[in-house]
Amino acid sequence: MSTLTDPPKPGFRLSQLIYDTRYRSITIQVIALVLIVGAFWWLGSNTVNNLNALGKDFDFGFLNSAAGYDINQRLIEYDNQMSHGRAALVGILNTLLVALMGCASALIIGVFVGVLRLSKNWVVSKLMAVYVEAFRNVPLLIWILLIGAVMTESMPQPREFRGEDATQSMILGDSVAVTNRGIWIPRIGFSNSISGEEAVAPIDGATPVASGGADWLLILGVLALSLIAMRVVRNRADKIQQATGDRPTTWYQQVAILVIPVGVVMFALGATIVAPYLKGFNFTEGTHLRNSLIALWVALSLYTGAFIAEIVRAGIMAVSKGQSEAAAALGIQPSRTMKLVILPQALRVIIPPLISQFLNLTKNSSLAIAVGYMDVRATLGGITINQTGRELEGMLLMGAFYLALSLLISGGMNYYNHSTQLAER
Amino acid sequence: MKKTVFFGALTAAGLAAGMASAATLDDVKARGSLNCGVTTGLIGFAAPNAEGEWEGFDVGVCRAVAAAIFGDPTAVEFVPTTGQTRFTALASGEIDLLARNTTWTMSRDVDLKFEFVGVNYYDGQGFLVPKALGVTSATELDGATVCIQTGTTTELNLADYFRVNGITYEPVPIETNAEGQQQYLAGACDVYTTDASGLAATRAAFENPGDHVLLPEIISKEPLGPLVRHGDNEWGDIARWTLNALITAEELGVTSENIEELAATPGDNPEVNRLLGTEGELGAQLGLEADWAKNAIMAGGNYGELFEDNIGENTAIALARGLNAQWTEGGLIYSPPFR
Repeated sequence: MSTLTDPPKPGFRLSQLIYDTRYRSITIQVIALVLIVGAFWWLGSNTVNNLNALGKDFDFGFLNSAAGYDINQRLIEYDNQMSHGRAALVGILNTLLVALMGCASALIIGVFVGVLRLSKNWVVSKLMAVYVEAFRNVPLLIWILLIGAVMTESMPQPREFRGEDATQSMILGDSVAVTNRGIWIPRIGFSNSISGEEAVAPIDGATPVASGGADWLLILGVLALSLIAMRVVRNRADKIQQATGDRPTTWYQQVAILVIPVGVVMFALGATIVAPYLKGFNFTEGTHLRNSLIALWVALSLYTGAFIAEIVRAGIMAVSKGQSEAAAALGIQPSRTMKLVILPQALRVIIPPLISQFLNLTKNSSLAIAVGYMDVRATLGGITINQTGRELEGMLLMGAFYLALSLLISGGMNYYNHSTQLAER
Repeated sequence: MKKTVFFGALTAAGLAAGMASAATLDDVKARGSLNCGVTTGLIGFAAPNAEGEWEGFDVGVCRAVAAAIFGDPTAVEFVPTTGQTRFTALASGEIDLLARNTTWTMSRDVDLKFEFVGVNYYDGQGFLVPKALGVTSATELDGATVCIQTGTTTELNLADYFRVNGITYEPVPIETNAEGQQQYLAGACDVYTTDASGLAATRAAFENPGDHVLLPEIISKEPLGPLVRHGDNEWGDIARWTLNALITAEELGVTSENIEELAATPGDNPEVNRLLGTEGELGAQLGLEADWAKNAIMAGGNYGELFEDNIGENTAIALARGLNAQWTEGGLIYSPPFR
């Protein structure tokens, strides 16, 4: 007599799909996959059905037709007879401009405020706390509207600058005009331009100048070379320091390398400062920073700067106190402790959240709609869609642009992040 | 099995809900109110009054259509739209009818797939400037800063006008009329340009309307009218003939005061009888009650009454009939016959 029963037959029952742990995860994944595919199929077919019901097709040909509208802020040549695609490009460049300016100034503000908030000076640290809390806890849109309204309502009109008994005057030696239509600042023109542009006198009797793009490229190239040369000098100083323990004084060499080549090139190109002046209804010449740009830029910088300040503060506080005590024990001056010991270690903590702040700022720049800044949302995603009725195509293109830009920013920042990581053996 | 059926039904329901329905009239009747797109606020054309009720010339068209369908001029949900959102709102089915001083153009009709059901105001684009500027003609505006509503035909006309005349300008893009008014009064732009009727309405809301002048140039034709989506001709017919009923009523002397009397018994004029449903089957042909036109006219009066009450010479906006007089009085307002 055997006490052993036969092992159960390995039959497969449907309920095993749910109750048997071997199959359960597969079942759940298959169901999820079906649901996701179904959802996408539904979205797709719904789109096709709706387009059919409206008698519309899916076509990007509208990008080649004439736009017909004007854009006030243009970084590249554009007029209303050019295509919708060109108008979209003008908008894209405007978005990139405000995003770049915003990221740079938000970073500077954030680092300063973050460090100052840890200051032992009670007034300074509390002032910074007030700034951070005020900007972090009020919606960005309200700051944009507020700054825009202050610029529009409280600054003088251009016509108040006119005449013998003008009630307003330009500041900084008659070179900067602050009006309720924006701020005009001097620009640099080139009398010996290499861009082939025709030089025109900005005002009767002045030196004719051209504002060539090629000139700026040349200057930027020379500047880049100077920076590389400065690096070479520093590396040499490092080597000497490691070999002998004495670091040669190089700051005057570095300043000379930075300033002299650029100065020579600018002199050769005949760089001239062109100040704005009043002509007709508005100021002319110089560079016009429009209200919309100023409001958006300042609000984005101050708002994101408050967040970055907190990130910087958190990064610094994350560095163990023992590090600064060790630095003090080694005799490193307090001012150099921050630069040489604390910040390099804090950077590892700071960079990842900083990436998302830069992404936030870039995407928040689409709040330009509040002040009429002509970014990509206003051109491609606004007027073009409205004039051509291509909502789906325009929105898809705009989404693709923001996606590509965000991926580019986070890709670049991740690369930088890897380069600051602790090199562990 | 049951689950499959359930998901199938869900998908079908979702599809049906997502699709812009072809039978707008059925949808409107089932909902019990008309969704009508209007401006975000332009005194005289469409703006909420002190009690929060929408009133104005375009609002009158919405109310007339609602009255023609339901016999109740208050069965309207007003949806404020900007120059940029209005077409998307109409194309997506968020609104059934757009009465938002919108210019009838070929590309809007053909390419954007809308159907303009008529013209309720013949307008043209003008320029509003402060008197202190000393400008007397639009050709003197070289270099001026111009406030312009984005996504409008006026934006394109402006670009054309300045290009053709070889002068430059600096556009300040704005979203709504209220924003334009604020920017203009703050002096952030020298000129405000839009349809001349809109400028008159905007100026009427200023503290000192006398300090601002309309320049003599009218640089475009702007026939403004209500519009619906392409593809539902029955719904388009209702909107078109409601507007025509208001116009015909003025031509035939049917007003909100004498309409009860005229509609009580068939009178001498057969066209009045057909219009008011005491004779013929015109209402049934539209799928509406026999007294549809009577209700539409009673909602706010005939075309002339709507004009005088909202934007006419006795109002703050003080627009003359001009082109918008009946054809019998030398204007362009003309309705096909009710037969």
